[in-house]
Amino acid sequence: MFFLIKRLMRLRRERQVRVAEDGSASVSQDGPSAAARGPLAMVLHEAAYDLRISLRSPRARLMGIIFPIVLLVIFIGVFGNEHTLVDGSRVSLKVFYVPGILAMSIVVNAYASLVISISGLRETGVLKRRRATPVPAAVLIAGQALATVVNTAITAAILLVVARIFYGVTFAGPALAGVACTTLVGTLAFASIGYAVSGMIGSQEAAQPTVQMTMLPLWFISGVFIPISNLSPALRDLADVFPVQHLSNSLHLASVHASFSASISATDMLVLAVWALGAGAFCAWRFSWLPAGASR
Amino acid sequence: MTAAAPARTLMGMFTNSLDAAVAAADAGRPEPVVRVQGLVKRYGEHEAVRGIDLEVHRGEIFAFLGPNGAGKTTTVEILEGFRQASDGSVWVLGQDPWQAPGSWRARLGIVLQESGAEPGLTTRECVALYAGYYPSPRNIDETLALVGLSEQADERAAKLSGGQRRRLDVALALIGDPELIFLDEPTTGFDPSARRAAWEVVDGLRRLGKTIFLTTHYMDEAERLADRIAVIAAGRIVAEGTPQTLGGRQLEATRITFMLGAAADLQTLPPALAQRLARDDDGLLRLPSTSVTADLHALSGWALERGLELESLEVSRPTLEDVYLQLTSGE
Repeated sequence: MFFLIKRLMRLRRERQVRVAEDGSASVSQDGPSAAARGPLAMVLHEAAYDLRISLRSPRARLMGIIFPIVLLVIFIGVFGNEHTLVDGSRVSLKVFYVPGILAMSIVVNAYASLVISISGLRETGVLKRRRATPVPAAVLIAGQALATVVNTAITAAILLVVARIFYGVTFAGPALAGVACTTLVGTLAFASIGYAVSGMIGSQEAAQPTVQMTMLPLWFISGVFIPISNLSPALRDLADVFPVQHLSNSLHLASVHASFSASISATDMLVLAVWALGAGAFCAWRFSWLPAGASR
Repeated sequence: MTAAAPARTLMGMFTNSLDAAVAAADAGRPEPVVRVQGLVKRYGEHEAVRGIDLEVHRGEIFAFLGPNGAGKTTTVEILEGFRQASDGSVWVLGQDPWQAPGSWRARLGIVLQESGAEPGLTTRECVALYAGYYPSPRNIDETLALVGLSEQADERAAKLSGGQRRRLDVALALIGDPELIFLDEPTTGFDPSARRAAWEVVDGLRRLGKTIFLTTHYMDEAERLADRIAVIAAGRIVAEGTPQTLGGRQLEATRITFMLGAAADLQTLPPALAQRLARDDDGLLRLPSTSVTADLHALSGWALERGLELESLEVSRPTLEDVYLQLTSGE
């Protein structure tokens, strides 16, 4: 699907080039700039380019799209015939792994990719150069967040289609709406945490290990790889403190319930929101657009 | 607190009216684009910038020279609003950079000393992204042509050569159609042909009437590009002037150097020349001169009479490099 999008984009570009060659003037007229069209246009402008940057990044594609699909195939292949309990219902592990891996892909796209790309952009001075322009910080953040939402939406759609076609795992219509809401809230929360964590990292090299160390253990105790009913109560209590468990729990609910209200957990959304606000407050205090070591 | 507030307001009114009076007195002269008075920047105990004054006028190319660690980049980043001054007053385009609003940034173009490429974007997309940040940007294709990157418009920016990347940086600084452009060491690490190409870009900016604040540690670059130069060493301005007059360069003696065959008898030289003449270990004769035409006439007349050849004859002024090394070695 991604390659289809890429191919369409290339076709469109080729057509634009042909049009440019037909027109005798080599200078194309630019319309009014995004900044001239207002804040919303600026956010869309920023998001379009941020999305392009992440779609063209081989790392982001591999980590955010291919890796979750590979894990889904492996987990279902190995454990697909076993069963577990989700919110009181006995379900096949096939059904368990779809929302689990979906939660993982949201964390990877919104948190891991963002931490790595932001610390890279900051350390190479790209963020500083963007801040040297009149663009408001809020536009850069909102644009980045919007691009991330589109990114996770694409990945989630691919995962759900794969689950349906190859494993016959389906969601009821209202439950899909629940998945969409949880995905949106989860993406924004993890993006916010991503900004905060990237503010704690001094160098681009530290980004990758920091991301792995914070994500991996949580996947094991938050119902992503292993049903939480298999965990000790102490581990479950520990997982409850962190946001991954709340994202995955809400997505699991959608896999066993048909109505919208039962397929999304208000408590979990609240916990995610608290994490997002906490991370936002940390950013306001600590986040810097300038490379580490640049003292003011 | 509450009692102090009105007093502060009064003070503010007073200084404002004082500023107004000064402005009225200066009405004949246009307001400088950059005005710095008594700028100090401290990092803990260390004073990186120790009270400097600078003025840059509209349409001028101003070069700010100094060795590494002299306070050059600190000063520039204060002018750009990235760092806060510890003391002194800084006005750039009529605003204090540390508190200036976004609309002020739209009048400014900044080429940072180091900045990576936007990953994944083509050259043209990079410029289009930045064009969206400004209320009335320049035309994208024209700007690419101005910096000589039309051919590379559809190449990934990350794949451009070092010189091309730097020209893209200039295009990104230029796209907002700024009045004032900061170029922080724009050609460091360039090969000679890339430097020449970069200089031509700066010539292009000069023709557009832009004011340019350039930092560099290459003397030939400052000499070739700048209308005015200030030299900073150990946080202080040690000299200011045009490339021709910096550090009293125009007053320094010109050097006439030449060599003579063994047959020449220096005793027969006119005494006025003989007493100034010095011989190097390698046989080169040096004659410092403040009246070059007369001295050359006397010297060549003397040589012609005796059928001598003044080998390797050279007349040279002290280079800007000589002046610079002299100015910055004192610290």
